[in-house]
Parts: sequence; C-alpha cells; structure tokens
Amino acid sequence: MDDILLQEAIERYLSHQMNEQERVYFEQMRNSTPEIDQMVVEHAMFQHEMDFYAQRRNIKSQLHDAHTKLLLHGDIQHGSEVSAGGKLIQIFHKYKRVTGIAAAVGGFIALVISGLVVYFSPVNQTQLVQLSKDIEVIKRNQQYQGSLLNEVKSKIPENARLVAGGTGFLLDNHGYLLTNAHVLKGSGVVVINSKGKEFNADILHIDNLRDLAVLKINDSEYNAPRALPYSIRKSTIDLGEEIFTLGYPRNDIVYGEGYLSSRTGFNSDSLTYQLQISANPGNSGGPVFDRSGEIVGVLSTRQAQAEGITFAVKSGYIYTMLADCKAAKLSGMEKIKPSQQSSIRGLERKDQIIRIENCVFFVKAYSK
Amino acid sequence: MKGDINEQVLLKGLASNDSKAIEALYKDHFGMVQTYILQNNGSYDDARDIFQEAMIALYEKAQSDSFVLTCQIKTYVYSICRRLWLKRLQQMGRYTQPVENLEETVGVEEEIEEHEKRNAAFAIMDRAMSSLGEPCKSLLEGYYIQKKDMQQLAEMFGYTNSDNAKNQKYKCLMRLKKLFFSQYNIGE
Repeated sequence: MDDILLQEAIERYLSHQMNEQERVYFEQMRNSTPEIDQMVVEHAMFQHEMDFYAQRRNIKSQLHDAHTKLLLHGDIQHGSEVSAGGKLIQIFHKYKRVTGIAAAVGGFIALVISGLVVYFSPVNQTQLVQLSKDIEVIKRNQQYQGSLLNEVKSKIPENARLVAGGTGFLLDNHGYLLTNAHVLKGSGVVVINSKGKEFNADILHIDNLRDLAVLKINDSEYNAPRALPYSIRKSTIDLGEEIFTLGYPRNDIVYGEGYLSSRTGFNSDSLTYQLQISANPGNSGGPVFDRSGEIVGVLSTRQAQAEGITFAVKSGYIYTMLADCKAAKLSGMEKIKPSQQSSIRGLERKDQIIRIENCVFFVKAYSK
Repeated sequence: MKGDINEQVLLKGLASNDSKAIEALYKDHFGMVQTYILQNNGSYDDARDIFQEAMIALYEKAQSDSFVLTCQIKTYVYSICRRLWLKRLQQMGRYTQPVENLEETVGVEEEIEEHEKRNAAFAIMDRAMSSLGEPCKSLLEGYYIQKKDMQQLAEMFGYTNSDNAKNQKYKCLMRLKKLFFSQYNIGE
C-alpha cells in the first residue's frame, strides 16, 4: 500500500497537483531518500514518454478520421480510382500553371518575332517588280539604238527622253495594241516590231485598275496583217496548263515558257494568275499563250524575292475593259473586235512563234 | 507573405488538435503527396501512410512554442514526404530514379532524424502496451491517454472503489514500466 501511495504522490508531484505544504515535504523526502529521488526521475522520464505516446495516438486517430471523412466527401481520391487517366489529369493539373506560363511566354516570343519580321522585312510594294524597263536600262539601249539606227531616223522626237519599255501585242487586224498601263509612263509612245521597225502609236486608253492599256498604231508605213494568228481566250485556264510568252526584255524578241502555278496572283489577287516562268523587265505587257496559241493573260509583275514567280492579268479582263470602254463611249474604242479564232492551233511551237512574232511589239514610252 | 497568417492559424489549430484545421491541412496537401507517391512506385496506402507521418512530424514540431516554419506548409510537407518515401523505397530495395516534380523542397534531414527517434520510442511504448494484456492495457490507456480519473475508471471497469482500481493500476503500471524500460534502455 505504501508503494501505491508513493507512486500516486510522485505522479501528483510531477503533474504539479500538490499544494505548497505537500510539495515542500515531498521535496525534503526526495532529498533525504535517494531511492525516492531515483523513482521520481525515472517516472518523469516515463511520464514524458507516455505523454508523447498519448499525443501521438490522438493525432493518429484524428488523422485517420480526417482521411475517412474527406474520402467520404470526395475531397480526396482513393488510389484505386486514380486510373492512368486520373494520373494524367493529375499531372495536367500539376503542370497547368507551368504550361500556361510557357504558352504565354511562347506566344509573346512569337508575337515579338513576327513583329520584328514585319518591321524589318521589305514592304509589300518592293515584293512585286513591274516588268517594264527602267530608265537606266533604257538609256543604255537608247545609245545602242542610236548607233544602230543612225541612218534610219528614229521616230522618237529629238528632245524626248525614254522613260519605260515593255511589250505589247495586237488585239485585232486594225493596229490596236494591248500592253500594261504601267509601261506607259511617258507622254508618247513608239512601237517596234520584231524586225526592228519603228512605228508611231497613240495611247487610246489606260486602265490603271486592271493595269491594261490600249494603243493604236498610227503610222503610214504600217501594214496591218489580214488576220491575227491567235485569239484571246475568254475562259480561265487550269492549274498546270503549259504556257509560253514572247517579249522584249532586250531589243530582240525573247521566248519563254512555263506553266500556270496558281489561279490567283500575289496575295490571292483574283485579277491575275501566278505563272512559273522567267520574266525580266521589258516583258511587261507581253502576251501569255496557252499551247494552242490562245492568249490567256498579259504578263505584268513578278515577285521580287522568288525566282520565276510571275503574275499575269487574266485575259478575261481584256474583254471586261473593252466592254467598260464601250459603255463609256470612248472614241476610237468601239471598233476594236478582238480576234476570236486561233489559226495556229496544233502547229509546232516554232511555227506558232514565226506566225505570232509579227504581232508582238516592243513598246517604248517617252516623255518630251 | 500573404498566406502567412492563414498558415499560422492552421498550424496553431493543428498543435491544439483542432479537427477543422487538421481536415483543412489534409485536404490542401494530400493530393500533392498522393500524386508524388503514385508517380514513384507507391500505392495509395503508401501515400496515406507517408502523408500521415509527415503530418505527425509537423504536429509534433508545432507543439513546441519556439517552432517557426520558415517556408510554406506545402513545401515542408512535400519535403518531408519526399525524404520519407525515398528512404522507404531504399529500405524496400525498390529504389528507382525518382520522378522529380517542380515543387520546391527544403532541407529536412534534422526533422527526419528527430522523427525517426520518436518513431522508435513510440514503437517501444506501443509494443509494451500491447504485450500488457487486458485489463491492464485498457486501464492504463484510460488513465494516461483518455485522462480519466480513478473514480471514472473504477466505474468503467467495475471495481468496487477507486482504491481497488488504484491498486490494479499500480500493478499494471509497474509491469508496463518494466517492459518499457527494458526496451528503452536498449534503444538508448
């Protein structure tokens, strides 16, 4: 019984339940009896471990309860329900923010880069090169022409300055010529046939919208052919169709061939076709023929950065332009009747060219 | 930091065994640990065990007044779980290259060491308790864990008076102490 009382006293002492008098008495006893002191120390240690044990038991059961409760409410998922898909979704949720940030950064960089590209890349206008010859080129030609044609007097007025050169072709057998509007930069124009003979011509109409222009050869020396060998096609042509052209990038007529690469032109322009054909300044206004010798377009521009990508105004717009002129009752225009029949269909290409080349002219524009 | 005050409140709640705080902490952080464990060769039960151990470690740290958490609870819990799980994988010989997530971690070596010491002590007490047998086990649990007084215990166990209960409890306690210290000394 003494041991029990002693044990109880130790527990009360350690948990500070003794009153002052008891505590003083008990401490005296501790001092005088080493056995009791030893028991107190030992029990303090045990009590500490016991308290810790109790605490842990409590928190464990609380955690267990919390787990069960949250599982019941669906706030946490049971492992077996977390399938592969679940894992993926978890991973997705885990990286959602990172992914978001990455996407935002990526988007920003893309914007900056495209901004820089737009800023530093040459503007649209320079991407297209008009195929009329520039003054510099013409100037050289003029000197050459000058030496060659010294005895035959040029029809270009003495004090006139050449500004542009291009190509034109006959619309009908009355001397009406079609070329590009951008070729006619000056105030007057002369045309030269493939044999180098010059004729005076008048500018009848300039359609800047469609980049087409009509000239009329106005020269007594000019003998109009009885009929044109080619016709002008009203319908559009198909992708991949073989085409060829004649033009004057130099003083001599030059042949080129290629194919239709797109039904629309630069930046999806529906006025023009895209052709794969090599063209140079001077080819502007040149006729584009299909293999049966029908004119399908008028060569006008090319893409500056890419080799061989050339654009031609669709031949259908020649008819549209003529119809517009008729509607506007422009003088001298009502008589134009574009040739409707091709007489070179089925001929070999070199024979076709022999027939056509008389109808394709070098157009030189000058200003006084 | 914004979440600081809220986290302090949660930690205080945890330290005082507030079940709302415990549930809130559980809900906020369990999913992250579960994902980590599942990604690294573990099962759902492993995730639960590891997470609860980390919570216990946090709880025991939060008990001391001087405890200041120098990082977010999330980071702390994740770090503890990561260390515990890697250790367990090594013990099981299942160690593979761990999948590391982008979560921040903090050094928790001291905590893990401390936690393991505590685990050992707990296991000794637990073994001692369970080898006591009834009614000693329940009597001592009633007294030391549920903190009932001798009068209540006498009624619960059907002793005619509290002195008899005290007598019984004394005998049980002596046995428990003997069992405990025999192991505990070795453990030291």
